[in-house]
Amino acid sequence: MAYSDKVVDHYNNPRNVGTLDKASPEVGTGLVGAPECGDVMRLQIRVNPDTQIIEEAKFKTFGCGSAIASSSLATEWVKGRTVDDALAIKNTDIVKELSLPPVKIHCSVLAEDAIRAAIGDWKKKNATAEPAEAAAAAQ
Amino acid sequence: MSITIESHIEVPEGVHLPVYMDNQATSPLDPRVLEAMMPYLTGKFGNAASRNHSFGWEAEQAVESAREQIARLIGASAKEIVFTSGATESDNLAIKGVAEMYRERGNHIITQVTEHKAVLDTCKRLEKYGYRVTYLPVKADGLIDLEDLERAITDKTILVTIMAANNEIGVLQPIREIGQICHQKGVLFHTDAVQSAGKVPFNVIADNVDLASLSGHKIYGPKGVGALYVRRRNPRVQIAAQIDGGGHERGMRSGTLNVPGIVGMGKACQIAQTEMVEEAARLSVLRDRLKAKFESELDYVHVNGSMEHRLPGNLNMSFVYVEGESLLMGINDVAVSSGSACTSATLEPSYVLKALGLGDDVAHSSIRFGLGRFNTEAEVDYVAAKVIDIVKKLRQLSPLYEMVQDGIDLTKIEWQAH
Repeated sequence: MAYSDKVVDHYNNPRNVGTLDKASPEVGTGLVGAPECGDVMRLQIRVNPDTQIIEEAKFKTFGCGSAIASSSLATEWVKGRTVDDALAIKNTDIVKELSLPPVKIHCSVLAEDAIRAAIGDWKKKNATAEPAEAAAAAQ
Repeated sequence: MSITIESHIEVPEGVHLPVYMDNQATSPLDPRVLEAMMPYLTGKFGNAASRNHSFGWEAEQAVESAREQIARLIGASAKEIVFTSGATESDNLAIKGVAEMYRERGNHIITQVTEHKAVLDTCKRLEKYGYRVTYLPVKADGLIDLEDLERAITDKTILVTIMAANNEIGVLQPIREIGQICHQKGVLFHTDAVQSAGKVPFNVIADNVDLASLSGHKIYGPKGVGALYVRRRNPRVQIAAQIDGGGHERGMRSGTLNVPGIVGMGKACQIAQTEMVEEAARLSVLRDRLKAKFESELDYVHVNGSMEHRLPGNLNMSFVYVEGESLLMGINDVAVSSGSACTSATLEPSYVLKALGLGDDVAHSSIRFGLGRFNTEAEVDYVAAKVIDIVKKLRQLSPLYEMVQDGIDLTKIEWQAH
């Protein structure tokens, strides 16, 4: 299969590879896919609690070149956006940017899922943290 | 962390890129084969079925000489060789031809799960026509259990079709013993010998084979030509023709013979017969060298299928926690193949690897290295260095590898399959 230049570039030079501290309240982690399906993406974001802006994004992916490129691109796109803005990223945007062929569309879907899962994780952490803080403040 | 996947392994002197190491898919034409074919691609264009002029005689003579060369390689007689367009046709002709011819004797066929699709899909079609097919399982090493075979044979069984060597994992089935069981029970035995003939000793008499499929292009001959061995004595095997027409090949396969292709296949068989022992020894050394390099430099690698009963030129390895297609992308100047779903049209990982009981995740990580006549030690060293480099880098990128390093049991995670 011939890959687009952008897929090749993300594969050869993946952006934002790495791991953030999963335990940190500022960090949201999304782990999507399954080894038996041939792709697993882990996308992590670090959100500034005051601005809600995603200041840092890291990923690691087990998967084909298109899966690696989709998740690499996803980290680039979420960085600098607010959490709500990042949720607006659609898999079709990724397909378009990377010129993914039809058989690789599931890679972009997985990348969108990874963004949502990471944000969801961060929201969950912070939703439980806030009332607790409020309760603590009230005492 | 910033990483670059792109590899900059130095290319040793004498290695020309891209390196071809996919000889179980197809093999390059041996220059000696081309030389033998050339006259029949140029001046000697006669139809081997033309009985009344020298053009026809010349072609017929060339075909008969090739028939001899092919028969000699497998211990058959020339009259037992039927030319076809390739091994897929040979498999179809053998299985459908026997099924049709022996329909009154029974309707049961036995095969096994890691056969080539040319056998499996032919069997599936016969099931639609009322035949019953038993698909024997394989053990973790890829071999069938002979006791399973014995138990599966009934008084309705007319044919057992089991490959000599597997195209993905190179595993050699115990065909001699299989043939013996078949003959004791009066059942015909067909073997797809495409990967084994010319690579390892294969003799239709000693191995108790009644029908054998052969291909030209897996043994450094041309594509578009194959043969089917059909035993004429003890027992005399009859097959119903599947292609009707001018009654060529003693009525078993009509169609004008592909003279240059047949000449090439004959020459390829002759070369294989002369050079097989030496070539097999050389390829085993290269294959073991490649394997040893992977095993010494990388963790979590394993060989798929038996190392003991295996083609000399085949190595099928899983580089666990790295997906096969992404690995192929990183070694794009090396031609190998992967059992990963992402490399297949169906998005399903290799059914052969799954049949060994490997998890889909291991199948997704597999690479088949197919060493052949023209591969060199320098190429092996280059390929090993390149694969090792890319696997190490992709593992830095692999969440699974990181989790395993952290002591997480991946089987305990609730993955969301998609």
